[in-house]
Amino acid sequence: MVDFGGWDMPVQYPAGTIEEHLRTRTHAGLFDVSHMGEIDVRGSDAIAFVNRVTSNDVTKLVDGQAQYSALTTPEGTVIDDLLVYRLAEDHLLLVVNAGTTEKDWEWIKSHHSGESVDLRNASAEYCQLALQGPDAESILQPLTDVPLSEIKYYHFRPGTVDGVSGIVSRTGYTGEDGFEVYAPADRAEQLWNKILDAGKTGTPTGVLPCGLAARNTLRLEAGLALYGHEIDETTTLLEANLGWIAKLDKGDFIGREALAQQKQAGITRRLVGFEVTERGIARDEQEVLVGDQKVGKVTSGSPAPFLKKNIGMAYVPVEYATVGQEIKIDVRGRLVGAQIVKTPFYKRAK
Amino acid sequence: MANVPEDLHYSKDHEWVRVDGDEAIIGITDYAQNSLGDVVYVELPKAGDEFSASESFGSVESVKAVSEIFTPISGTVSSINESLADEPEKVNSDPYGEGWMVRLRMSNRGEVDSLLTAAEYEDFTKAESE
Repeated sequence: MVDFGGWDMPVQYPAGTIEEHLRTRTHAGLFDVSHMGEIDVRGSDAIAFVNRVTSNDVTKLVDGQAQYSALTTPEGTVIDDLLVYRLAEDHLLLVVNAGTTEKDWEWIKSHHSGESVDLRNASAEYCQLALQGPDAESILQPLTDVPLSEIKYYHFRPGTVDGVSGIVSRTGYTGEDGFEVYAPADRAEQLWNKILDAGKTGTPTGVLPCGLAARNTLRLEAGLALYGHEIDETTTLLEANLGWIAKLDKGDFIGREALAQQKQAGITRRLVGFEVTERGIARDEQEVLVGDQKVGKVTSGSPAPFLKKNIGMAYVPVEYATVGQEIKIDVRGRLVGAQIVKTPFYKRAK
Repeated sequence: MANVPEDLHYSKDHEWVRVDGDEAIIGITDYAQNSLGDVVYVELPKAGDEFSASESFGSVESVKAVSEIFTPISGTVSSINESLADEPEKVNSDPYGEGWMVRLRMSNRGEVDSLLTAAEYEDFTKAESE
């Protein structure tokens, strides 16, 4: 067990990280992600307010739709990345990272000025279970009254799972199809055990409970950013390839001006994916070199269990940020060859 | 419960030593491989490299982490387990057998006596995991 944003969480379950990772790609994995924070925004100005503090365009959402977005600083850097759920025209739910929940909550409150909204940090009220993988729908369907096949990617429905009222959302952080179930915190154990049973855990193709390590390797193969690694208050959305959630034409929001300026002037560094081409494993924080010049740092580096390669992400100056560029990673004093490749590293067959 | 063979010597860094004449065979314990998780990469020294006791001679990597490995005994590397380059998982499946790492010509055989016995090592790991 490790401390993760104040939560005691398992790095892995008995099957081990590699097996958990592979099972999620081939069948299903279950993740207890109750540590994620939930901020509830209600009121007639809910959409206008959230549209001003987040970078994506909240006005584009319809009831039952979710959106990936970011809380940005006036400099266009990232306070946190989050999901915005539209429950109703006057009711949004913001799902944020565990380690940043308090910071986000203070930030959001401090930027509330005049809009008619009620803000509530509801993090302790929810549990969140993520069932991910190609078998997710068939495992979950018998337990819920929500017609899962009708839920499109990044959409959700209120409903019951094993009789427990909550929200079923077709979202995830693994690169697989799957669902995230939000329910009252005191029903977490019931739902966890029920989903494992329904998914025939313990059998060779059954659902496996998955820990933080597999969650990390799965999201890395899928090329998804992790707050505190690829994005933080020193990286802008544009540098992190997240320009697609920076809707500069939607009207004013915190950081809009800085991002518009940076877009016009051009960024000087960019987040890239790389594959290690020699023996060795790149790890977080290691130096990236071109020739003998230090040009950047690894933000996440790890073996990729499904791809059976050693991969990572790093910031490099834009002149080197092209697919095929050869780089070196300083692996504890040994320079190991790597090559910039397209991301995502892994994309599931539709 | 971790497997701790009676006939080996142990270090507090979770390496084991098997004495074979004037050579020592070194690997990591069952307890160590279990706490590391799936081993995906092992970096070992070269034959001829010299080490003093408790110096780092390589590393073992799981998906999540890198751990240095330390030689409990001073000496010169006479051979390494080359097969771990392609089959690092042997460290998990057979830590005291096919997962051995390094064979060392000992320069001070007396160092073996300062290592832990199987019973002492078992007590040590119990205390550490409490």
